Amino acid sequence: MRKLLFESLIRPPLTEPRPPVSDAAMTELAAAVERSARRRLGRSLSIRAVDAGSCNGCELEMHALSNAFYDIERFGFRFVASPRHADVLLVTGPVTSNMAQALERTYNAAPDPKWVVALGDCGRDGGCFAGSYAVLGGVSKVVPVDLHIPGCPPSPTDILKGLLGLLENVNEKGRVS
Amino acid sequence: MSALSHLIEKGASAQHHAPWPRAVVDPAAWTSAALELAEGRLTLLGLWGEARAVHMALLDEPASSIAVISLEEPADGYPSVARHHPPALRLERAVRDLAGLEPRDLPDIRPWLDHGRWELRHPLGERAATLTGPDPYTFLRAEGDGLHQIPVGPVHAGIIEPGHFRFTANGETVVRLEERLGYVHKGIEALMAGADLIRGVQLAGRTSGDSTVAYAYAFVQAAEAAIGLAVPPRAVWLRALMAELERLANHLGDIGAICNDAAFPLMLAHCGVLRERVLQTANNVFGHRLMRDRILPGGVAVDLSEDGRASLKALLAEIHRRLPALVELYDNTASLQDRTVGTGRLRGELARQYGAGGYVGRASGRGFDARGILRYPPYDQLSFEVPVLNEGDVNARVWIRIREVDQSLSLLGQILDRLPDGSIMRDIPVINEGREGMALVEGFRGDVLVWLRLTQEGGIERCHLRDPSWFQWPLLEAAVEGNIVADFPLCNKSFNCSYSGHDL
Repeated sequence: MRKLLFESLIRPPLTEPRPPVSDAAMTELAAAVERSARRRLGRSLSIRAVDAGSCNGCELEMHALSNAFYDIERFGFRFVASPRHADVLLVTGPVTSNMAQALERTYNAAPDPKWVVALGDCGRDGGCFAGSYAVLGGVSKVVPVDLHIPGCPPSPTDILKGLLGLLENVNEKGRVS
Repeated sequence: MSALSHLIEKGASAQHHAPWPRAVVDPAAWTSAALELAEGRLTLLGLWGEARAVHMALLDEPASSIAVISLEEPADGYPSVARHHPPALRLERAVRDLAGLEPRDLPDIRPWLDHGRWELRHPLGERAATLTGPDPYTFLRAEGDGLHQIPVGPVHAGIIEPGHFRFTANGETVVRLEERLGYVHKGIEALMAGADLIRGVQLAGRTSGDSTVAYAYAFVQAAEAAIGLAVPPRAVWLRALMAELERLANHLGDIGAICNDAAFPLMLAHCGVLRERVLQTANNVFGHRLMRDRILPGGVAVDLSEDGRASLKALLAEIHRRLPALVELYDNTASLQDRTVGTGRLRGELARQYGAGGYVGRASGRGFDARGILRYPPYDQLSFEVPVLNEGDVNARVWIRIREVDQSLSLLGQILDRLPDGSIMRDIPVINEGREGMALVEGFRGDVLVWLRLTQEGGIERCHLRDPSWFQWPLLEAAVEGNIVADFPLCNKSFNCSYSGHDL
């Protein structure tokens, strides 16, 4: 183990450069900004991931955000274990009927101010599962959505861009309205 | 004569079911198949229903033969298989929910996928409107002094798919674990009905995101078997290339994640780097990190360029260079071994009874591998081994993954060296008659089964997808018993069953 640790000291870092803030994300945020909370969050966001019926593709990329390449914590983002600790709910999936109540309860358990980010094509409108008897078709059918990050699944860089957009908008004005 | 061919001969053979036969049998033959399963002479591969028939896919392992038997018009119910052979239990509960067919004498009649929240009942059968709201779900009982229950989920603490676990514990020791799944049921099989093949493969590739290649691969193989279409050799080899890359990425991620659950994040960090390298290379070479929508009916969507071949070679060399130190670290860290050795032990008999695929079966002495047994191309021309261990603990499941990484690296090298030239796509011919096809493809988690029936016009009439997790989830319940609650994440991660693939 010592050898590996020493090697890590002399190896150049793997970290990817910071991606530019997504334009599409910014446009979507403009609407979200109107109804968001009026409080400075500091320079960090705590994220609670909620799988509301995804195929687990988005979850794989969410996991990738924590690897050495994206190292999401250097931007002040961290994944937390409880909605009670969360500023942001990162929700995936077309929201199945069987998960709708759990999603709603998770949302209600998160303290204000809070934002909901719908992740992936299913999160917008159900994606290729839209129209099924078992899905409601998009996160906004159950909880209000502030930002949508498209992709099937969105790459870690895409997710990072969207979240940075959210964070910067919240911080620059000291409030999100 | 093998038990399976005997069964098939007793029934009326279905026309155009490829590549294995399907026979319509009478209830007596159906029950005798259930008894053969219970005796361990056959292995259950799948059990699914439609409005007026119930089907069961069977494997005769010593003879390497597969067949489907069907029971038609079971309007007043069909003889339960689970009554004799427990691995069929959740499948029969699901058939009951989806197709409305009653298994007679089913030992457990609680719903499985249907939580009472859809607007209808029996979406794959004679649809009926739902009558009331959700009924309370009764968990199985565990009684005794000092027992307490710990309910977990469906929303978990980490970035995990949703499902509910009900632990009954005596102090720290788990006495009983009961799973309740179905939260991510998306109705994929109902969406398949009436879809064309392109939408079909899109849906199949989204059944379980981590196995997107395996599902698309199995789906197109089933469709091409039904149509009788031979795919260009280059496409066949590229499919296997993607399947091995997917296996490599998932195993690397799992090895790191299991160690992380044993409070050893250094392995996660290093394995995470290797996994990310695989995904980035896949993105550069095939245009998608998970290689989603890259396998299509008739071939593959993207060709491999010379640059692509070179970057894949560089990737293999890098993993070859970096992995040994990590394996050594895993093997020589006492604090890590202390958590994984002897934890979550799955007995070999159970693995065989449930026909457990993938690393779950192979770590408990069941060496089934669809690539090895069925030798579908191009694996019939490649050399590889199927590692098998008998310990059945978390450590064994990590080691199977490590050895499979070695095998995948070797397979990828062979494929890159011998990739045939030529086209990568062939047109789908018009068939003008209803046909059926089936495929079993080895995903990273185990064998993925796809069965489908095509209409005269070449659309999908009915498609069934069976994830290996169906037979692994119940084994997790067994493996956890007697372990401490704190070791559950470790056991769970070493199984890494799919929620979405199971719930559909």
